[in-house]
Amino acid sequence: MAEELIPIFIMGKKYMVPSSLTIMKAMEYAGYQLIRGVGCRGGFCGACATVYRLPGDYRLQIGLACQTVVKPGMYLAQIPFYPARRADYCLAELEPTFQTVVKTYPELLRCLSCGTCTKVCPQGIDVKQYMADAMRGDIAAVADRSFDCIMCGLCVSRCPAEEVQPNIAILCRRLYGKYLSPRAEHLAERVAEIEAGKFDDDLAKMKSLSEEELRKMYNERDIEPE
Amino acid sequence: MSYTPEMRESIKKVEATRPTRLHETFPMMSPQEKQAILEKFHPDYKAESMREIRVGVSKGHRMPLELADVMEGASHLTSDLLDLERIDYDTDVLIIGGGGAGSSAALLARENGAKVIIANKLRHGDANTMMAQGGIQAADKPNDSPAIHYLDVMGGGHFANYPELVEVLVKDAPLVIKWLEDLGCMFDKEPDGTMRTIHGGGTSRKRMHSARDYSGAEIMRTLRDEVRSYPEDITVLEFAPAIELIMDDKGQVAGAVLLNMETGEHLVVRAKCTILATGGSGRLHYQGFATTNHYGATGDGLVLAYRVGAKLAFLDTMQYHPTGAAYPEQIVGLLVTEKVRGLGAQVCNIDGEQFVYPRETRDVEASAIIRECTERGKGVTTPSGMVGVWLDSPMIDLLHGPGTIERALPAMVRQFDRFDIDITKEPILVYPTLHYQNGGISLKPDGSTGVPNLFAAGEISGGVHGRNRLMGNSLLEVTVFGRRAGKAAALRAKEVKLGKLTLSHVDKWQRELEEAGIENPIKSPILLPDYRRKLR
Repeated sequence: MAEELIPIFIMGKKYMVPSSLTIMKAMEYAGYQLIRGVGCRGGFCGACATVYRLPGDYRLQIGLACQTVVKPGMYLAQIPFYPARRADYCLAELEPTFQTVVKTYPELLRCLSCGTCTKVCPQGIDVKQYMADAMRGDIAAVADRSFDCIMCGLCVSRCPAEEVQPNIAILCRRLYGKYLSPRAEHLAERVAEIEAGKFDDDLAKMKSLSEEELRKMYNERDIEPE
Repeated sequence: MSYTPEMRESIKKVEATRPTRLHETFPMMSPQEKQAILEKFHPDYKAESMREIRVGVSKGHRMPLELADVMEGASHLTSDLLDLERIDYDTDVLIIGGGGAGSSAALLARENGAKVIIANKLRHGDANTMMAQGGIQAADKPNDSPAIHYLDVMGGGHFANYPELVEVLVKDAPLVIKWLEDLGCMFDKEPDGTMRTIHGGGTSRKRMHSARDYSGAEIMRTLRDEVRSYPEDITVLEFAPAIELIMDDKGQVAGAVLLNMETGEHLVVRAKCTILATGGSGRLHYQGFATTNHYGATGDGLVLAYRVGAKLAFLDTMQYHPTGAAYPEQIVGLLVTEKVRGLGAQVCNIDGEQFVYPRETRDVEASAIIRECTERGKGVTTPSGMVGVWLDSPMIDLLHGPGTIERALPAMVRQFDRFDIDITKEPILVYPTLHYQNGGISLKPDGSTGVPNLFAAGEISGGVHGRNRLMGNSLLEVTVFGRRAGKAAALRAKEVKLGKLTLSHVDKWQRELEEAGIENPIKSPILLPDYRRKLR
């Protein structure tokens, strides 16, 4: 299928690429063998954060290279890595409190609530709001609101207060998951049963069955209704 | 980028049948029908797409042509190219690949007293684990048991699975979920803490645990963050894939040669034990299929393991996920999670008719979709020439209440919204996509491979899934066998006495290729797919 070629500028250098491609595929079409700035290619890993401008528009725009279609005149650069500090901590030694979060990341309190982070999030997460949740000590709210974060680092790159928002968010999510969310009691019970050997005989019996016997059992097994 | 007028005509038919379909689900196939449809339509059954490997310990093992070429490849190295006396890193346990399996292994190896290095080809966590959406299976509800899970796994795998591997998979499953919960993984729960679980294809109990539809991402980032808590014990190297295993003069595996992809420098890692956790091979694009896999899924570990004598199992079976995106063009082949069907969405043809039970095992479901689009000609054609069928996502909100889709499937909503498709209101066009390597290196329950001091875990392995894996058993496999391999390797490392390092097996491999008359082999592992100047 003959396709229209459009100009894009990769780090200032012009290439003609098919107009239907994503930024990532366009870079490959242009001849790049990507090593950095590429990961899952499906919008989950945050490796391919990209910034760009369009002709006649002063605004800096953002996108994931694997999820954003090229536009004529797109003037782009990838940000495959951005320095970010992960504080030294071990979750098992922490308490799920505001003090923990602030002690681990004291810069949290430098947040200006300017909202630049929210503006650049390719996931559409309200980063400013979860930073505000964190400053209020509402760990559960941070966990919920930041959940879809793919840690691409675009918010970090644009933050005038030099925050590392995704790291604060994952600390809160882990604190929430381990200490604050309700425990699954049935899970703990099942683990105790397994450790007590409750299912060992059943499994040994299953393993001893012939293929015919297993097949029959499988075809006749009852299926939990919707 | 939203649907074309032609596609909208077909969507109207899907909408017209929806009220009736909400109460009527297409019946499941009989065992005979399943076998027949697999033989006629499943890509694994295309005889001309496979061949036997001509060298090595599993000579004669059948596998896809693309994989055989890589497995019969020549080394990037020769034994005289490197000075193995110059050791860059010395460690107890070297883990090659830092996805779900490698990271789990690192944590357990450390817990058992080992110093660990994780060598990543890309970044730590760039792995299929990160992309797994739907969930992880574990029999932790009162109406379920490891034995029932066992039966589902064996049936799903066509009874070819290695029973001793399935046994530990299902028995460790609740233990692993508890471990992850304790590490702070945010599983979907009811207000009282009960795990919210649903069905997957081929499950007889609702045992699919999830974290929205970022299940794998949540597990991966949690494991990665935990690994980062122990920088004294676990060294993480990035953009440094292994290009060959090192052996010693006693015939033991003794580490690996890594390549710094950015400087081209070789690094020698001496390790008392080595764990291969390099994942699958979807980026080899078997039979030209698009894939759900991450960029680095090129089967590197299989190549390395095979050259030191690890045996292979079930590499003639690949998993084609029934529902890859077929539209829009930009995301063709990307995963549309099975959780969509788990939540009740049905599959429909161009006329809005159901033609398959929505939760057959993946191989059967994929075959039925291929039949609908080929033999029966009831698929929907896109402007780029792809053919697909409808996955009727709007049903989910009708079945479970408004807002369910946005809450349970935020990644999918976002994925399609980027291309102006609202999956809460419109169905998704899907076609099978290359998803998973069912087979791999033959394993023991402790992750050992039969080659001294070499362990493996995760998608690289073969046996646990038999000839077809069920949804939710891969996140389970990486954590179960990652932990097992990590522990076993750490314990083994305490006893290992290494001899003099050597790459003589590489020279031997080269001679074997020549003797087998394999001319101009490609250099492997290939490390990265090459998409330059291509439109894929």
